[in-house]
Amino acid sequence: MSLDILYFAWVRERIGLPRETVQTQAATVSDLVAELTAREARYEAAFQDLSALRVAVDQELTEFDAPLAGAREVAFFPPMTGG
Amino acid sequence: MEVRVQAGPFDIGAEISRFTEGRTDMGAIVTFSGLVRDSAAGDLRHMEIEHYPAMTAPAIEKIAAEAVSRWSLGDAMVIHRHGRLAPGEQIMMVATAAPHRADAFAAAEFLMDYLKSRAPFWKKEVTAEGAAWVAAKDEDEAALTRW
Repeated sequence: MSLDILYFAWVRERIGLPRETVQTQAATVSDLVAELTAREARYEAAFQDLSALRVAVDQELTEFDAPLAGAREVAFFPPMTGG
Repeated sequence: MEVRVQAGPFDIGAEISRFTEGRTDMGAIVTFSGLVRDSAAGDLRHMEIEHYPAMTAPAIEKIAAEAVSRWSLGDAMVIHRHGRLAPGEQIMMVATAAPHRADAFAAAEFLMDYLKSRAPFWKKEVTAEGAAWVAAKDEDEAALTRW
Protein backbone atom coordinates (compact mmCIF):
# COMPACT_ATOMS: atom_id res chain seq x y z
CA MET A 1 0.00 0.00 0.00
CA SER A 2 0.97 3.62 -0.46
CA LEU A 3 1.30 5.69 2.72
CA ASP A 4 1.98 9.38 3.23
CA ILE A 5 4.34 9.88 6.15
CA LEU A 6 4.67 13.25 7.84
CA TYR A 7 7.35 14.40 10.26
CA PHE A 8 7.21 17.38 12.59
CA ALA A 9 9.55 19.42 14.79
CA TRP A 10 12.90 17.72 15.57
CA VAL A 11 11.76 14.48 13.93
CA ARG A 12 11.42 16.44 10.67
CA GLU A 13 14.84 18.00 11.20
CA ARG A 14 16.58 14.69 11.92
CA ILE A 15 15.07 12.94 8.93
CA GLY A 16 15.54 15.99 6.77
CA LEU A 17 12.15 16.20 5.11
CA PRO A 18 8.60 17.13 6.11
CA ARG A 19 6.79 14.35 4.25
CA GLU A 20 7.25 11.47 1.89
CA THR A 21 5.19 8.73 0.29
CA VAL A 22 6.30 5.14 0.82
CA GLN A 23 5.20 1.77 -0.50
CA THR A 24 4.92 -0.61 2.42
CA GLN A 25 3.33 -3.82 3.65
CA ALA A 26 3.76 -2.83 7.31
CA ALA A 27 0.90 -4.18 9.41
CA THR A 28 1.40 -1.80 12.33
CA VAL A 29 3.07 1.52 13.10
CA SER A 30 5.90 -0.38 14.81
CA ASP A 31 6.48 -2.43 11.65
CA LEU A 32 6.64 0.78 9.64
CA VAL A 33 9.16 2.25 12.12
CA ALA A 34 11.29 -0.91 11.76
CA GLU A 35 11.20 -0.60 7.95
CA LEU A 36 12.19 3.06 8.04
CA THR A 37 14.91 2.53 10.64
CA ALA A 38 16.50 -0.19 8.51
CA ARG A 39 16.78 2.24 5.58
CA GLU A 40 19.24 4.90 6.69
CA ALA A 41 21.01 6.29 9.74
CA ARG A 42 18.91 9.47 9.78
CA TYR A 43 15.76 7.40 10.39
CA GLU A 44 17.54 5.46 13.09
CA ALA A 45 18.51 8.77 14.70
CA ALA A 46 14.91 9.96 14.66
CA PHE A 47 13.37 6.72 15.92
CA GLN A 48 15.97 5.62 18.48
CA ASP A 49 13.75 6.35 21.49
CA LEU A 50 10.07 5.70 20.77
CA SER A 51 9.07 6.84 24.26
CA ALA A 52 10.08 10.35 23.12
CA LEU A 53 7.76 10.15 20.11
CA ARG A 54 4.06 10.33 19.42
CA VAL A 55 2.22 9.00 16.39
CA ALA A 56 -1.01 9.88 14.62
CA VAL A 57 -2.71 7.69 12.01
CA ASP A 58 -5.04 9.61 9.72
CA GLN A 59 -4.82 12.63 12.04
CA GLU A 60 -5.83 10.72 15.19
CA LEU A 61 -3.34 10.17 18.01
CA THR A 62 -2.69 6.50 18.53
CA GLU A 63 -0.14 3.98 19.84
CA PHE A 64 2.81 2.32 18.12
CA ASP A 65 1.04 -1.05 18.03
CA ALA A 66 -1.87 0.45 16.05
CA PRO A 67 -2.76 -1.40 12.81
CA LEU A 68 -2.20 0.33 9.48
CA ALA A 69 -4.83 -1.49 7.43
CA GLY A 70 -6.71 1.12 5.41
CA ALA A 71 -4.55 3.99 6.69
CA ARG A 72 -3.54 6.79 4.32
CA GLU A 73 -1.40 9.07 6.48
CA VAL A 74 0.95 8.48 9.41
CA ALA A 75 2.59 11.34 11.30
CA PHE A 76 5.52 11.15 13.73
CA PHE A 77 6.37 13.95 16.15
CA PRO A 78 7.62 14.72 19.66
CA PRO A 79 5.16 15.34 22.53
CA MET A 80 3.11 18.41 21.71
CA THR A 81 3.74 21.82 23.23
CA GLY A 82 0.64 23.84 22.50
CA GLY A 83 -1.07 26.50 24.58
CA MET B 1 -18.20 26.93 19.33
CA GLU B 2 -15.41 28.46 17.34
CA VAL B 3 -11.88 27.24 16.69
CA ARG B 4 -9.40 29.28 14.69
CA VAL B 5 -5.82 28.39 13.79
CA GLN B 6 -4.06 31.32 12.19
CA ALA B 7 -0.69 32.96 11.59
CA GLY B 8 -1.85 36.53 12.09
CA PRO B 9 -2.56 38.41 15.33
CA PHE B 10 -5.97 38.82 16.94
CA ASP B 11 -7.59 41.55 19.01
CA ILE B 12 -8.55 39.91 22.28
CA GLY B 13 -10.89 42.75 23.30
CA ALA B 14 -12.81 42.55 20.03
CA GLU B 15 -12.92 38.75 20.28
CA ILE B 16 -14.39 38.85 23.80
CA SER B 17 -16.98 41.47 22.78
CA ARG B 18 -18.07 39.36 19.85
CA PHE B 19 -18.09 36.18 21.95
CA THR B 20 -20.38 37.70 24.59
CA GLU B 21 -22.64 39.75 22.33
CA GLY B 22 -26.31 38.99 22.86
CA ARG B 23 -25.66 36.23 25.42
CA THR B 24 -28.20 37.27 28.03
CA ASP B 25 -28.35 33.64 29.21
CA MET B 26 -24.67 33.48 30.25
CA GLY B 27 -23.66 34.96 33.61
CA ALA B 28 -19.97 34.07 33.44
CA ILE B 29 -17.29 34.51 30.81
CA VAL B 30 -13.75 33.28 31.50
CA THR B 31 -10.92 34.11 29.13
CA PHE B 32 -7.28 33.13 29.13
CA SER B 33 -4.59 34.33 26.80
CA GLY B 34 -1.07 32.98 26.48
CA LEU B 35 1.83 35.23 25.47
CA VAL B 36 5.34 34.55 24.22
CA ARG B 37 7.50 34.79 27.35
CA ASP B 38 11.08 35.96 27.05
CA SER B 39 13.87 33.57 28.12
CA ALA B 40 15.30 33.84 31.64
CA ALA B 41 18.36 35.49 30.12
CA GLY B 42 16.16 37.96 28.24
CA ASP B 43 17.60 36.99 24.87
CA LEU B 44 14.66 35.39 23.10
CA ARG B 45 14.60 36.66 19.54
CA HIS B 46 11.41 34.92 18.56
CA MET B 47 9.43 31.74 18.88
CA GLU B 48 8.48 29.54 15.94
CA ILE B 49 5.33 27.49 16.29
CA GLU B 50 4.95 24.56 13.93
CA HIS B 51 1.68 22.65 13.61
CA TYR B 52 0.02 19.82 11.73
CA PRO B 53 -2.49 21.63 9.52
CA ALA B 54 -4.73 18.66 8.70
CA MET B 55 -5.01 17.66 12.36
CA THR B 56 -4.86 20.90 14.36
CA ALA B 57 -8.37 22.32 14.02
CA PRO B 58 -10.13 18.91 14.24
CA ALA B 59 -8.12 18.02 17.38
CA ILE B 60 -9.00 21.32 19.06
CA GLU B 61 -12.65 21.02 18.02
CA LYS B 62 -12.80 17.64 19.69
CA ILE B 63 -11.32 19.06 22.91
CA ALA B 64 -13.72 22.03 22.83
CA ALA B 65 -16.74 19.79 22.19
CA GLU B 66 -15.73 17.68 25.19
CA ALA B 67 -15.55 20.84 27.36
CA VAL B 68 -18.95 22.05 26.17
CA SER B 69 -20.59 18.71 26.96
CA ARG B 70 -18.88 18.18 30.35
CA TRP B 71 -19.70 21.61 31.80
CA SER B 72 -22.93 22.53 29.99
CA LEU B 73 -21.24 25.57 28.49
CA GLY B 74 -23.21 28.05 26.43
CA ASP B 75 -20.20 28.48 24.16
CA ALA B 76 -16.44 28.03 23.87
CA MET B 77 -13.82 29.64 21.66
CA VAL B 78 -10.18 28.84 20.94
CA ILE B 79 -7.78 30.87 18.79
CA HIS B 80 -4.23 29.53 18.38
CA ARG B 81 -1.50 31.09 16.27
CA HIS B 82 1.40 29.47 14.46
CA GLY B 83 4.50 30.75 12.71
CA ARG B 84 7.02 33.29 13.99
CA LEU B 85 6.06 35.24 17.14
CA ALA B 86 8.03 37.89 19.03
CA PRO B 87 8.31 38.09 22.85
CA GLY B 88 5.13 39.60 24.30
CA GLU B 89 2.95 38.62 21.35
CA GLN B 90 -0.25 36.71 21.96
CA ILE B 91 0.03 33.02 21.06
CA MET B 92 -3.49 31.91 21.83
CA MET B 93 -6.70 32.52 23.73
CA VAL B 94 -9.58 30.51 25.07
CA ALA B 95 -12.97 31.80 26.16
CA THR B 96 -15.77 29.92 27.87
CA ALA B 97 -19.33 31.05 28.59
CA ALA B 98 -21.57 29.45 31.20
CA PRO B 99 -24.51 30.46 33.34
CA HIS B 100 -22.26 30.36 36.45
CA ARG B 101 -18.54 30.96 36.96
CA ALA B 102 -17.47 27.59 38.37
CA ASP B 103 -18.27 25.86 35.08
CA ALA B 104 -16.63 28.60 33.02
CA PHE B 105 -13.39 28.47 35.06
CA ALA B 106 -13.18 24.67 35.14
CA ALA B 107 -13.85 24.35 31.41
CA ALA B 108 -11.21 26.99 30.59
CA GLU B 109 -8.61 25.09 32.66
CA PHE B 110 -9.58 21.83 31.01
CA LEU B 111 -9.20 23.43 27.58
CA MET B 112 -5.76 24.80 28.48
CA ASP B 113 -4.54 21.49 29.90
CA TYR B 114 -5.58 19.61 26.78
CA LEU B 115 -4.35 22.23 24.32
CA LYS B 116 -0.90 22.00 25.90
CA SER B 117 -0.50 18.26 25.41
CA ARG B 118 -3.03 17.17 22.79
CA ALA B 119 -3.14 19.90 20.16
CA PRO B 120 -0.43 19.31 17.52
CA PHE B 121 1.77 22.37 18.01
CA TRP B 122 5.53 22.43 18.61
CA LYS B 123 7.37 25.47 19.90
CA LYS B 124 10.92 26.36 19.03
CA GLU B 125 12.77 29.15 20.81
CA VAL B 126 15.35 31.14 18.89
CA THR B 127 17.87 33.03 21.04
CA ALA B 128 21.31 34.56 20.48
CA GLU B 129 22.68 31.11 21.40
CA GLY B 130 20.77 29.29 18.68
CA ALA B 131 17.45 27.49 18.27
CA ALA B 132 15.97 24.82 20.55
CA TRP B 133 12.69 22.93 20.59
CA VAL B 134 10.70 23.42 23.78
CA ALA B 135 10.41 20.08 25.58
CA ALA B 136 7.03 18.95 26.85
CA LYS B 137 6.86 18.96 30.64
CA ASP B 138 5.93 15.87 32.65
CA GLU B 139 3.61 17.99 34.79
CA ASP B 140 1.66 19.06 31.70
CA GLU B 141 0.97 15.42 30.83
CA ALA B 142 0.18 14.67 34.50
CA ALA B 143 -2.30 17.57 34.57
CA LEU B 144 -4.59 15.62 32.23
CA THR B 145 -5.23 12.96 34.85
CA ARG B 146 -7.17 15.38 37.06
CA TRP B 147 -9.96 15.48 34.48
